[in-house]
Amino acid sequence: MSDKIKSDDVFGLARHFRFQWEEAQSGYVLLFPEGMIKLNGGAGEVIKRVDGKKTVAEIVADCKAAFPDVPDLEADVMSMLELALGKAWIALKD
Amino acid sequence: MTQQNNGAAANRIPQPFWLLAEITYRCPLHCAFCYNPTDYVTHTQNELSTEQWIKVLRDARKMGALQLGISGGEPLLRDDIEEIVAEAGSLGYYSNLITSGVGLTEKRIAEFKRGGLDHIQLSMHDITKEINNFITDTNTFELKKKVAAMIKEYDYPMVLNVVIHRYNIEHIGEILEMAEQIGANYVELANTQYYGWSLLNRAQLMPTKEQLEKAEAITNKFRQKVGSKMQIFFVVPDYYADRPKKCMNGWGEVFMIVTANGDVLPCHSARSLPGLEFPNVRDNGLEWAWNESPAFNKYRGDEWMKEPCRSCPEKEKDLGGCRCQAYLLTGDAEIADPVCSLSPAHDVILQAIEDSKNPQLAAQPILFRNDKNSRKLVEGELKELAAPFHALP
Repeated sequence: MSDKIKSDDVFGLARHFRFQWEEAQSGYVLLFPEGMIKLNGGAGEVIKRVDGKKTVAEIVADCKAAFPDVPDLEADVMSMLELALGKAWIALKD
Repeated sequence: MTQQNNGAAANRIPQPFWLLAEITYRCPLHCAFCYNPTDYVTHTQNELSTEQWIKVLRDARKMGALQLGISGGEPLLRDDIEEIVAEAGSLGYYSNLITSGVGLTEKRIAEFKRGGLDHIQLSMHDITKEINNFITDTNTFELKKKVAAMIKEYDYPMVLNVVIHRYNIEHIGEILEMAEQIGANYVELANTQYYGWSLLNRAQLMPTKEQLEKAEAITNKFRQKVGSKMQIFFVVPDYYADRPKKCMNGWGEVFMIVTANGDVLPCHSARSLPGLEFPNVRDNGLEWAWNESPAFNKYRGDEWMKEPCRSCPEKEKDLGGCRCQAYLLTGDAEIADPVCSLSPAHDVILQAIEDSKNPQLAAQPILFRNDKNSRKLVEGELKELAAPFHALP
């Protein structure tokens, strides 16, 4: 699995995955057959923006706009996307 | 699955996360390895109504439940699954229909899709018609293939569940090839766990250690070959492990089961335990059942433990294993799960493993799960079969 993510890549959620806010967990979750992942705050904010339309650069810019006080945000977003891709939660849109 | 609330914080009632609706115990199949209660026939006359199920779904969702399994018996024997699925969809559950495939029609699957059902878990039994039909005591081999195609056609993830036992364990490579051919995305190779009917048939079903090791090696090799397009779960049978499973992720921690007649249970077999009165949704409602009922608090956390569990450095890892297994095999619900090599009762497991090498025991006739046999067990016939185990009727 590639860990090279390019800024003009467009990702969507993996097929058959669902992403939603859970009030009882106070957080975002990813749901799929045989399991689920509870995402921490930062991870949830990144995956929320993975919509099959935005490029990686747009996701980074969007996060920066939403959280202007967080330093090194780009590196965090990229490592989150790499993790999600490595675990096959997200997939490249063609 | 990510785990949460694993019992570390005392005095904090965890949230239920998984709701399993065992919606009916009626079933057109008669599988020898079924974990349903052997007295299920006493629970087929007083099933909850559609309205009662809808209330269960709403209440559990409010309490935090997110994953919903609709199971049985065969859930499709009820004609209101469409309504239940639609309610689950509108409540935001991630819902799964756990089925043999019998009763799944084009019309119904289209309705499930509209209602928001997220996936369908289909049971498969073997690559051969002979074993499929023998172990289920039905003629369902061709039907399952048709249902698998229908699941694919409706763009559901293909989730296959194959219960593994002596009769199919040597076909595991071919079973995986079949799964690949029909486009399975997830395959669960679930080694038989011995509860209910499968416990009665244990000597006939339990593979030897050699068979198991071979099957696991074949599975690992296959996993490398297919890569990430097919997720394969190999559920190790606890009899061949040194430490017990963390049963249900802990008693009353994550899982809540509501049975056909409305009993609320922390696990499938809990009703076999002595001295516990389980709540019923017709009486006190789900929230009381989960938070307050004595039964749900009985084995929560680790306060109930005795030695060697109490001082065991691994106790939070497995929480002493399975209370039902402890009771069924020893008559003591609080003893360390006999699967654990540190359990004072571990010899009962060693004996079962020894018995698995005895072809005469394996060749005994199987007691299939059906109404007639269930009634016989309830009425105290077949005593000689039930006698070695505690709490079976």
